[in-house]
Amino acid sequence: MTTDRSIVVDSLGVGLATGAYGVSFGAISTASGLSVLQTCLISLLVFTGASQFAFVGIVASGGNPLTGALTAVLLGSRNLFYGVSMAPRLDLDPRARLASAHFVIDESTAMGVTRETRRQARLGFYWTGISIFVLWNATTFAGALAGDAIGDPRTYGLDAAVGAAFLGLLWPRLSSWTGRLVAFVGAAVALGLVPVTSAGLPIVLGGGVAVLLGLLWRPRAAA
Amino acid sequence: MTTVWAGIAIMVVGCFALKYAGLSVPPTVLQHPLTVRAVELIPAGLLGALIAVQVLADGSSVQVDARLLALGVAALLLALRVPFLPMVVAAALVAALVRQL
Repeated sequence: MTTDRSIVVDSLGVGLATGAYGVSFGAISTASGLSVLQTCLISLLVFTGASQFAFVGIVASGGNPLTGALTAVLLGSRNLFYGVSMAPRLDLDPRARLASAHFVIDESTAMGVTRETRRQARLGFYWTGISIFVLWNATTFAGALAGDAIGDPRTYGLDAAVGAAFLGLLWPRLSSWTGRLVAFVGAAVALGLVPVTSAGLPIVLGGGVAVLLGLLWRPRAAA
Repeated sequence: MTTVWAGIAIMVVGCFALKYAGLSVPPTVLQHPLTVRAVELIPAGLLGALIAVQVLADGSSVQVDARLLALGVAALLLALRVPFLPMVVAAALVAALVRQL
């Protein structure tokens, strides 16, 4: 039997570990040319890490911010399905749904979705989501000030840090062969398109082609 | 600069709409196996593409430099189960040090 207390403690642990790396987002964002205000607003109002890193990465490499936003929203599509799996467990009225939607992210879903009762699902979801939200925004601000002071992001290898951050986010998805194949195809197609299309587009097109191939691949293997 | 703000606005609205829709729509709407599978694959495809471009692209040319070495270090540290933040910092330091040489 899982106690309420242990859920809160575990949730805060996840919150601390995850919230802390807002500092890398903040530093990368301002070092890439976004203002401190823009950086902090993104963390406050977008609040979904992979999408935020994607947007900043694309803008930094000279891509169109609208392409960056499209990539970010596509990456955020998984939150749609987190919401679907959390909805029956949280059992919220419409007003509470509006107030809670912002906290639907990878970690809050992971900490809430496995609980057996509504009370414990809510405990895991809110303690994780809100502790990450508070810390993520505080560390984003600290990182944003630091990134602003650094100047050229290349001096401290911050451009390389973006690649490492993406790899960290991708890593859990490389445990399956499908995940590896899709990631590899996405990388290969994007790289092939770099010389021939404008910045940002290779990412959307590479990711799109990879997902299509992944969808086609499974039915054949199963047949 | 205005385009950056437009991008931010799209991202804010789009990402919140997805989260809110997930909590609100009847689950049956999104249970088509193809939809479920596509959403499972999107992060892997996009992140793969993002990594390739971030690490190897320089404008419209492909270039191997300190970033690739840093990515290798990141992969090694992830394989050793090093947490996210130290892993990212180590990758940045490797790139910074190599550039000093």
